[in-house]
Amino acid sequence: MPSPRPEAAVRIEALTKTFPPAVTALDDFAAAVRPGAITGLIGPDGAGKTTLMRLIAGLLTPDRGRITVFGTEVAEDPAWIQARLGYMPQRFGLYEDLTVQENLDLYADLQGLAPQQRAERYAPLLAMSGLAPFTGRLAGRLSGGMKQKLGLACVLVGQPRLLLLDEPTVGVDPLSRRDLWRILDDQVRKHGLTVLMATAYLDEAERCREVILIHRGRRLGQTSPSRFLEPMRGRVYYIRTPPAVRRRLLRELLRDPDILDAVVQSDGVRVVTRHPRPPSVTDPGALPEAVEPRLEDAFVARLRAEAETLSMPEVRLSRRPRSGEREPVIVVRGLKRRFGDFYAVKGVSFTVRRGEVFGLLGANGAGKTTTFRMLCGLLPVTEGEATVAGADLRRAPAEARARLGYMAQKFSLYGHLSVQENLTCFAGLYGLRGERKRTRVAWALQTFELAPFRRQRALDLPLGHKQRLAMACALLHEPPILFLDEPTSGVDPLARREFWYLINGLAEQGVTVLVTTHFMEEAEYCDRLVILQAGEVLVEGSPEEIRRRTGAPSLEQAFIHLLESQR
Amino acid sequence: MNRRITALVRKEFIQVIRDPSSIAIAFVLPVILLLLFGYGVSLDAKRVPLALVAERPDPAAQSFLSGFYRSPYFVPVPVERMADAERLLEAGAVKGIVHLRADFGRRLLGGGEAPIQLIVDGIDANTARLVQGYVTDVWLTWLQRRADAERLPAAIPIPLESRIWYNAEVESRNFLVPGLIAVIMTLIGALLTALVIAREWERGTMEALMSTPVTMGEILLGKIVTYFLLGTGGLLLSVAMALWLFDVPLRGSFWLLWLGASLFLLTALGMGLLISTVTRNQFVAGQIAIIVTFLPAFILSGFIFEIRSMPTAIQWLTHLVPARYFVAFLQTVFLAGDIGAVIWPNLAALAVMAALFLGRTWQISRKRLE
Repeated sequence: MPSPRPEAAVRIEALTKTFPPAVTALDDFAAAVRPGAITGLIGPDGAGKTTLMRLIAGLLTPDRGRITVFGTEVAEDPAWIQARLGYMPQRFGLYEDLTVQENLDLYADLQGLAPQQRAERYAPLLAMSGLAPFTGRLAGRLSGGMKQKLGLACVLVGQPRLLLLDEPTVGVDPLSRRDLWRILDDQVRKHGLTVLMATAYLDEAERCREVILIHRGRRLGQTSPSRFLEPMRGRVYYIRTPPAVRRRLLRELLRDPDILDAVVQSDGVRVVTRHPRPPSVTDPGALPEAVEPRLEDAFVARLRAEAETLSMPEVRLSRRPRSGEREPVIVVRGLKRRFGDFYAVKGVSFTVRRGEVFGLLGANGAGKTTTFRMLCGLLPVTEGEATVAGADLRRAPAEARARLGYMAQKFSLYGHLSVQENLTCFAGLYGLRGERKRTRVAWALQTFELAPFRRQRALDLPLGHKQRLAMACALLHEPPILFLDEPTSGVDPLARREFWYLINGLAEQGVTVLVTTHFMEEAEYCDRLVILQAGEVLVEGSPEEIRRRTGAPSLEQAFIHLLESQR
Repeated sequence: MNRRITALVRKEFIQVIRDPSSIAIAFVLPVILLLLFGYGVSLDAKRVPLALVAERPDPAAQSFLSGFYRSPYFVPVPVERMADAERLLEAGAVKGIVHLRADFGRRLLGGGEAPIQLIVDGIDANTARLVQGYVTDVWLTWLQRRADAERLPAAIPIPLESRIWYNAEVESRNFLVPGLIAVIMTLIGALLTALVIAREWERGTMEALMSTPVTMGEILLGKIVTYFLLGTGGLLLSVAMALWLFDVPLRGSFWLLWLGASLFLLTALGMGLLISTVTRNQFVAGQIAIIVTFLPAFILSGFIFEIRSMPTAIQWLTHLVPARYFVAFLQTVFLAGDIGAVIWPNLAALAVMAALFLGRTWQISRKRLE
């Protein structure tokens, strides 16, 4: 029987999926994915993106509704779909103790690629991904970007018709992200591949043919990126300001109920207003000029319109670090760290002054985390000097640690303890006792709006709230220095704004902040930063200086430019 | 076998070889256990220090005590006074005292009763019973020799001629080492299997695997084939060490042994797969595997502790432990030979258990993440 040619590659109708007892991951969700194009699935954490991907891949059964892929209903014949599908889950699904070649072979076998076709199929995939020189290397020894490209090669090896990518670029450096896009565009053009990609990066969504906006399990909209931008005309402004007043202006704007969004961008602040008229600013020198809207503006505006009041925690420290003089607080000279005969950090130097927000940037494996751990006193220094708040890390790491608050990657909370128990536990660890401990825990619950969740296990909190809790824990003892390791990794745009609002507030009160991130647009919030590459400082300076030096319009492009000139 | 299963098995072997913890469970631990039980642990009492107190070392006393010097079970410690011997016993330096009064020789020659006092350290009940038995042996031998030498009527009217069958040297190693095969195969079949599958869930590779055209049956078969082969390797290793290093006799046929081991291995694999299907976390899977498979194989299987001397309720419980049937089978095949009356019921029990565990796993495994 000739089946009618379906105009949608994937059709989702009235889809509902609940996870008992209480979670509704998808609620009457409907969408259609256009064939032979890249469609972005955009939404904050916990919106239901991963559940939707798994349902399409036939790995979950829907409660209600149906999904058809190329005209076949998934629930009826998942095997048929899986024979035509490439699905890359969030952690890429690689076997870390297999080599690059062994991973490829395994997936080629599983997807039934005939041996005589392999050479022909492997060559372009290896070439495009830049993995050709590393076929004998264990997948576990690859950098994050390499893993992501290998994961992609493994799902493409069986020549799928539909590709599902679940947040493929989380934790991956900009160069690798660009490579990924090049591979995808190539596959779509040459083989008519249909791609559905869940992502939290809105600049990526802009490159998609269509985007589906998902929030709390429901579809907020689906159209081309340009159509999304239409209602934003006349509502996006750019205010050029000198760096000194930028932080204050930003906080002022974010407190204004007529303003939906404000972020630092290059030499000024980008503002999205509720109504199509320029923002009112107290500073007479600041002139808002209208600019072209971006998808991120539209997205944040949409999320804010969902009656979502952005909660901007105001943190008031009772013990402010001395302000005024900008003396060096963190001094690093020729810092080195060796593992076996491999130098992870080879001679890094920089100075951070009181009240500065200082960024430590770089691709995965560049030495960020190693440098960071040495500065926290968690990893012994092989060579070089490092002092934190006057304490020498080689002689008195414990003393240095007592003066800083540390928020580790992935937040390191006790998952099975409640919010309140986590706070009490960390307060105890920081040496707070009695009345002061009680007031600080109460302060944290109130400031970070965690009181309604106090009895919930940390494990069950949404990611944004976990991040707040981790931040609250790090601030309990009101440290003059704050160390943040990848604080916004995997966190949605609203939570990221909240977070930077908070950091800016702390910096205004004289707290020194050292932060690592691989979000280049976040680096714009830093007063100064270093970019690390292969254990060395590639460049140091304020965002303005770095952009000017490379002649690039954004830090991301400056970074790519610098990396490429190194290659 | 189709290409997908071959690919999965190949992958699994590479992983086992590259992962130090798998190597430890599959190869290092079995060898350590074999060496430990082959050389170190012995339930026999040999070379037991024994204090000999003869208040008057006359020829009669000497002739009796000389029996202890000839016995392989004792290291005699001659002591002059009883008080010294008691001190040695207190200090644990000797495990027992044989005490002959000063009038032992006179009373013996006088034809009356010549009592011998034996004091045994009863802290380790097992050794105490053995010491008691060995001393009795020495005493009986001495009586017999005296009777022969002096052509007196035997002191014991009906002599007991004891013979020990199957394990004539009464070496505990001879039944410990075969029983250990059950423990080793539980280790590989249940513990290692449960851990590696839970790891696939934890690392997200199971999700990637399931999104490919591979069927759930192929995923399960890939695991079963791999760990069946590894388990067979463990069997060959154990048998080789048993036969050539520890000189344990194999009186039954090797092929029968292999059949029984295969059935048990399938049971263990069934348990391992079931555990990791229900819990998808390495830590929990490991704990459950140790508690419900490994420890029972050690304690409740009759491997070390005789089942018939357990409380009745526990004896009932042992019927649920697959290793129980396998240990009985192993000890029979190694030491007694192909005794149908023991072997077939045990093999039947193993076959039923293998079918139950594998069948249940098959039933509840769905190619779904829920």
